[in-house]
Amino acid sequence: MVAKKVLLRFSNSLISKPIVYRLVKDYNLAFNILKAQILPDEEGEMVLEIEGDRACYEKGMAFLKDTGVEVLNIDKRIVKDEERCYHCSACTVVCPSGAISIDRETMRVGYDPEQCIVCELCVGTCPPRAMRVEIV
Amino acid sequence: MAGQTEVRKTYSEINAKIRKGEAVVVTAEEMIGIVDREGPVGAARKVDVVTTGTFGPMCSSGAFLNFGHSKPKIKVSKAWLNGVSAYAGLAAVDLYIGVTEIPEEDPENKVHPGKFLYGGGHVIEDLIAGKEVRLKAVAYGTDCYPSGEIDTQITLQALNECYLFNPRNAYQNYNCAVNFGNKMLYTYMGGLKPKLGNANYCSAGQLSPLLNDPYYRTIGIGTRIFIGGNMGYVVGPGTQHNPSVKRGENGVVRAPAGTMATYGDLKGMRTEYVRGVSLQGYGTSLALGIGVPIPILDQELARTTGVSDEQIVTQIVDYSTDYPQGIAKSYGEVNYRELKSGKIMIEGKGVKTAALSSYPKAVKIAETLKEWILGGRFFLGEPQETLPSADAGVSFKPLTQR
Ligand code: SF4
Ligand code: SF4
Repeated sequence: MVAKKVLLRFSNSLISKPIVYRLVKDYNLAFNILKAQILPDEEGEMVLEIEGDRACYEKGMAFLKDTGVEVLNIDKRIVKDEERCYHCSACTVVCPSGAISIDRETMRVGYDPEQCIVCELCVGTCPPRAMRVEIV
Repeated sequence: MAGQTEVRKTYSEINAKIRKGEAVVVTAEEMIGIVDREGPVGAARKVDVVTTGTFGPMCSSGAFLNFGHSKPKIKVSKAWLNGVSAYAGLAAVDLYIGVTEIPEEDPENKVHPGKFLYGGGHVIEDLIAGKEVRLKAVAYGTDCYPSGEIDTQITLQALNECYLFNPRNAYQNYNCAVNFGNKMLYTYMGGLKPKLGNANYCSAGQLSPLLNDPYYRTIGIGTRIFIGGNMGYVVGPGTQHNPSVKRGENGVVRAPAGTMATYGDLKGMRTEYVRGVSLQGYGTSLALGIGVPIPILDQELARTTGVSDEQIVTQIVDYSTDYPQGIAKSYGEVNYRELKSGKIMIEGKGVKTAALSSYPKAVKIAETLKEWILGGRFFLGEPQETLPSADAGVSFKPLTQR
């Protein structure tokens, strides 16, 4: 059994096709959609947590790549060191996924790992280096 | 304010109240509502001290330290703390470690943008955290100081003295930095995305010390302050102190202006308020927390401490060409309420904003200082001389190159 987090990038022409569903049907994989974003005139992006037999997983990923989907393994995750974060907000303008938010009342900066696509842009941006890459 | 009696208080009267536990102390945030409701005269009668706070990278900072004499003795000519060079052109075992100093072997910007993971600011944070810091030093040797080198570990507690002595802190207002160019910029104001991708600012606005006393009537050498979690002092105007910039009708400066030089003992500071930072593509620095108490000596000080974010403006400055080339140009004014909202308009375009300074920390500093004063643990220091004000004829000159 494997449980992996992957980021899928679709081109425009693939968006309308029910590709992901085939993972369940043909490859016996279970998945959780952690994030899905389809931008007009741009590509679609989806973060999935996939579970299943290792061989099925490999085949399923090969199928996705064959159809033209870009598959990125997210075997890393970003953790926020709450003790080091001093709530400046420098990271809020670089995060493309909505994982980093700010409460405008208190100006405190929050982080939701569920929405993180591990682009790592916040890592170098954070002055006290509170956002860290962790290998999972 | 015709017909209203003037309020006058002295430092010693306020200190006597603090001693008796009778002083009324509020933060600069709380003061806004009080001045709104009761007017400057009413607020001045009621409130004795307004506490301010600011927290952000303050590059012109560093620490003096004296590590005691080795056996045999050494007159250090070059020294490194955890590999970061410290200035040794002082007496035998005195050093100055500046926060932007990086190890000689640091890759700098060879692979752009450089990471700058460790520097003088981090050495200072490590000392405050109680960590061991490696001291290496070399010397040419003299009859009285024969030793040629030392290589040992030091800790803050074992040092004779170790204090921050910062040439320039707590800028009164700062630029709002943007990038009009086509490529990503990595600056001391953070990452600036091309074509107005974001706008970065760095000030606590309504909580910022010098913005609450815009003419520096109560701030100067001897003003006792919160610095890095300890008590410390203002020791004079900071470098680049520039009180002559344009001001609003309320007296508040509309661009970077006053600065102060500060002093504070590292023993007693807390890493919560003193953080080594890495500014990608730029270098290392130190994020530092400073809080200044402003005594409400009269209604004018009540009025100025009642200032709110929407009454403080700054200039939008381009860091792709103008700033690096020394071109003084503004793309408009923006106030801190707009900056804190997360989005401002520049030339018809909505631009996301981010701060390099921390508002939550500034609040905590102002609150802590308030508690210290209410608890009778912190008394006002009357400045021996205040910072040069708008009428002093002081300005910030560029370099003349010959
Ligand atoms: S790595 Fe950082 S910037 Fe990228 S999505 Fe995650 S939180 Fe946002
Ligand atoms: S940049 Fe770093 S310190 Fe600033 S809010 Fe983000 S995580 Fe916190």
